[in-house]
Amino acid sequence: MTDFTMKKDADGVAIITWDVPGKSMNVLSLDGAAELDKLIDGALADDAVKGIVITSGKKDFAAGMDLNVIAGMKDNGGAQGVFDGVMTLHHLLRKIERAGMDPKTLKGGKPIASALPGTALGIGLELPLATHRIFAADNAKAKIGLPEIMVGIFPGGGGTTRLVRKLGAMAAAPFLLEGKLNPPAKAKAAGLVDEVVADPVAAAREWVLNAGDDDLVKPWDKKGYKMPGGEPYHPAGFMTFVGASAMVHGKTKGVYPAAKALLSAVYEGAMVPFDQALRIEARWFTNVLMNPSSTAMIRSLFINKEALEKGANRPEAPDQTVKKVGILGAGMMGAGIAYVSAKAGIEVVLIDAKQDAADKGKSYSEGLMDKAISRKKATEDQKTELLGRILATTDYAALDGCDLIVEAVFEDPGIKAEVTKKAEAVIPQDAIFATNTSTLPISDLARASARPEQFIGIHFFSPVDKMLLVEIIKGRETGPRAVAKALDFVRQIRKTPIVVNDARFFYANRCIIPYINEGIRMVAEGVNPVLIENAAKMLGMPLGPLQLVDETSIDLGVKIAKATKAAMGDAYPDGAVDEVLFWMADLGRLGRKSNAGFYAYDDKGKRQGLWDGLEAQYPEAQEQPELTEIQHRLMFAQSLEAVRALEEGVLEDIREGDVGAILGWGFAPWAGGPFGWLDILGATRAVEICDGLTERHGARFETPGLLRELAEKHQTFYGRFAAQPKAA
Amino acid sequence: MTEAYIYDAARTPRGKGRPDGSLHEVTALALSARLLNAVKERNGLEGHAVEDVIWGNVTQVKEQGGCLARSAVLASDLDESIPGLSINRFCASGMEAVNLAANQIRGGAGQGYIAGGVEMMGRVAMGSDGAAIAVDPSLAMKTYFVPQGISADIIATEYGFSREECDALAVESQRRAAEAWQDDRFAKSIVPVIDQNGLTILERDEYMRPGTSTEDLGKLKASFKEMGEIMPGFDQVAMLKYPHLDHIDHVHHAGNSSGIVDGAAAILLGSKEFGEAHGLKPRARIRSTAKIGTDPTIMLTGPVPVTEKILADSGMSIGDIDLFEVNEAFAAVVLRFMQAFQVDPARVNVNGGAIAMGHPLGATGAIIIGTLLDELERQDKQVGLATLCIASGMGAATIIERV
Repeated sequence: MTDFTMKKDADGVAIITWDVPGKSMNVLSLDGAAELDKLIDGALADDAVKGIVITSGKKDFAAGMDLNVIAGMKDNGGAQGVFDGVMTLHHLLRKIERAGMDPKTLKGGKPIASALPGTALGIGLELPLATHRIFAADNAKAKIGLPEIMVGIFPGGGGTTRLVRKLGAMAAAPFLLEGKLNPPAKAKAAGLVDEVVADPVAAAREWVLNAGDDDLVKPWDKKGYKMPGGEPYHPAGFMTFVGASAMVHGKTKGVYPAAKALLSAVYEGAMVPFDQALRIEARWFTNVLMNPSSTAMIRSLFINKEALEKGANRPEAPDQTVKKVGILGAGMMGAGIAYVSAKAGIEVVLIDAKQDAADKGKSYSEGLMDKAISRKKATEDQKTELLGRILATTDYAALDGCDLIVEAVFEDPGIKAEVTKKAEAVIPQDAIFATNTSTLPISDLARASARPEQFIGIHFFSPVDKMLLVEIIKGRETGPRAVAKALDFVRQIRKTPIVVNDARFFYANRCIIPYINEGIRMVAEGVNPVLIENAAKMLGMPLGPLQLVDETSIDLGVKIAKATKAAMGDAYPDGAVDEVLFWMADLGRLGRKSNAGFYAYDDKGKRQGLWDGLEAQYPEAQEQPELTEIQHRLMFAQSLEAVRALEEGVLEDIREGDVGAILGWGFAPWAGGPFGWLDILGATRAVEICDGLTERHGARFETPGLLRELAEKHQTFYGRFAAQPKAA
Repeated sequence: MTEAYIYDAARTPRGKGRPDGSLHEVTALALSARLLNAVKERNGLEGHAVEDVIWGNVTQVKEQGGCLARSAVLASDLDESIPGLSINRFCASGMEAVNLAANQIRGGAGQGYIAGGVEMMGRVAMGSDGAAIAVDPSLAMKTYFVPQGISADIIATEYGFSREECDALAVESQRRAAEAWQDDRFAKSIVPVIDQNGLTILERDEYMRPGTSTEDLGKLKASFKEMGEIMPGFDQVAMLKYPHLDHIDHVHHAGNSSGIVDGAAAILLGSKEFGEAHGLKPRARIRSTAKIGTDPTIMLTGPVPVTEKILADSGMSIGDIDLFEVNEAFAAVVLRFMQAFQVDPARVNVNGGAIAMGHPLGATGAIIIGTLLDELERQDKQVGLATLCIASGMGAATIIERV
């Protein structure tokens, strides 16, 4: 198998084409890098070659490094293995950059240009950055950038060092620290690529034939090079660097090793010659790869997320692509589902009891498209086309021909049963019926269906157009084709699915509720609420438990508590939580929607500090717990629930448990999810903490048998349960 | 053990540390050398009279670089056989010079020392020597680095000092400094700055704003609010370290923080034999010295633990101290000290401090020891304690006792 091939033309231009067999996107492996290295050596040594163009045989240039290969370097050679592997790559890229020129006179090199037909990410941009000129196709769909930070690493193929030296630390920051991706025109304006043209290979060829010695020398290889914006101890650079640490620290709460390592690589690299800077970059990159957080993040946010999206847990069934979806209920959820469906090209029938309610649901899509147009992310034509796919009506007869129904009416079993019957009377015999619910048992709702094996739960998160996760729930009688249908639908609307079994609160809410409850419980105990919220954020939770319940609304919490209590009777353990929750609800403090909750809000709904009435009702205790005690309570409240869900078979795959936790409620992404977190902690230590928490705070922290077993056997969740990833 | 005595304390007036300040035309070298000459003349120090000149200086680059202490000795009329040692313990450099000298005398390494320091803040900008703790991400994040002004605001937030209390302390500092100058209480120490022709350049502290009122100060904008709350957002970093806080009160501003000034100070220390040999009368003995490291984020709370340490080391209690000098780096630093030890404000910074007169970083530690001694003599009291907060989370203290 060859990833790179080279052809010389009559003018002496060698065109190297990257085309990894059997993949839709190029990714770089170590073997591929070795092939490229050989081709470059050959071309540089060949007197007939005047210059080189590196391009792709696919519609895009490359998606980046093969992350499985990176994981392999670590497993096989430890830190030394990673460092050596990265340095090999640096040598190759540096060879391309120097292109055989005399290191003293900087003359005699061969021009090497890159031609990017489309998307170029990660090493797919780092390689071009090492060439002498980058030509990108005028392809608005292409994305160009360095997204490594999003999966817990940073650009370690020279991208960090080259971009900072090219743009300066300040200008490079959004691309390195936020992983910002850009269409070609913006990438050119920012300085990521040099030219945007219709035919990049032709333009690159032309450039290579006309380039002079001076065109090949990078600024940092010239005498007197000064970093744009100043080095760290230059007066201007000083402020940039002091500010960068503070901003990164504040934003990441210090829990992301990659952001810290990236900054150190930039800082230390800025003060030494280029080749030393590459070595520094490689040392920090190695450091990040050796950190268990990056392993966990790559695993959940890249490998497993993609595997789930590609149907890792899809039952065998013919293609279930949805052509026409009927959505029952045009409220907030229904309207959101209609939008994402229409956006995916699916024909939508949006039904509500009243025509203006149905119209209002459709106008939600209009509003989102208008916003996108004002931000130049969509056109009027796209809006017309999208709205044209949505039929807003009260007439159930319009559901004729729908192959999928998504019912999103009020969370009331009676109403749900009624619309289920009404819809099933019209839709084709083989249509799948999905109910969107966050709390009602699917198997109970399925009783209203004449075809329970075609009945399934789909739990969307709010707001539907923003939230990436969809939780698919199998009822007792749900058949495999229904699961396949739901998965194919989720794939069409470009979200990430997890498939779970039917039990109280399914998976996500089952874990979120104890997190919120633990926070509220601490308020009742007199723990400083500021400390509770900050403790959560310092774990990498996007929202503290009190802010989260304000967002999801306190009356919903009350409703759930009442229902749970009714179901559990005397065994109900959360009386202490309810005291606070019911008190708030009685005061009319229902959360953000009432502009009053655990937090105070101003007239415009902007969140101010925590509400000071809290302190009056629940005075701060003299003795405040240690930060780690609070953090353990908050983390274990969620994670133990995840373990129990696995033990009880609600979760069938820990990959879903981890990916779902991160995408569903933002569970500490740096840890790769609750199972990833427990693995980082180690089962032995986890059991120790649980035992302590149980002693101090009660049975809800009792160590699940499975966790105790892992500790006894010195196992990890991923060691024991990980399915071999099929896709990467 | 040999005792270390103070024989003389001298300082220059403090000039505004900006281009229109009176000392802006004077080099750090010239200011240091002329002050050393004054100490030489006042005490008749001929030949190899002292073992070393230990010179505190924070920003040791450009004209303050290259071991300014030795350069100053060579530029002065002191004998070339006397070496020089430049030291940096940030704001306590001048005090650390005195303590180092005293402890070497006590340990038998030399009979006499000149110790002090200089800082020309208008000529060599604070921070222009760089600082890994602020700039190197690995350390800045490890230590939750925030600039000192933010640290001072954290102290105010954590220990509950309002803007009004901070402003009141500043107004009092101005009042006391003005009164002290009116009474000529600094006369023993002040050495006017002269030029190469003997012409006077500056003879009084010029940073002071006598008559400053709380209304005046109320109009000033908090200096660290923007960098704390918006760009780059240091408050977020502070709250990672102190997660029980939900905001930082930004109470400090130019009027209740120490002034940026130029100035120098020198203290002549020696053993009993040194005084006898030169016919000098000791004014006080160095009873004890101390330094500590503490939380680098809140950074400026060092005076409290270092005072606890120096008292414990010397078997004293806070009640044994008659007068205090607590460097007025920021109002909250002094308020925190008084709160922790419940000391009478009338006995702290009797003649005002750095808020009114300025804080020439490398010199201040020596200045306040001299000011403390002058005031002990004026009030005829015995024991004084001087202390400073120090960047990166340190503290230093000296206890002197009149003899």
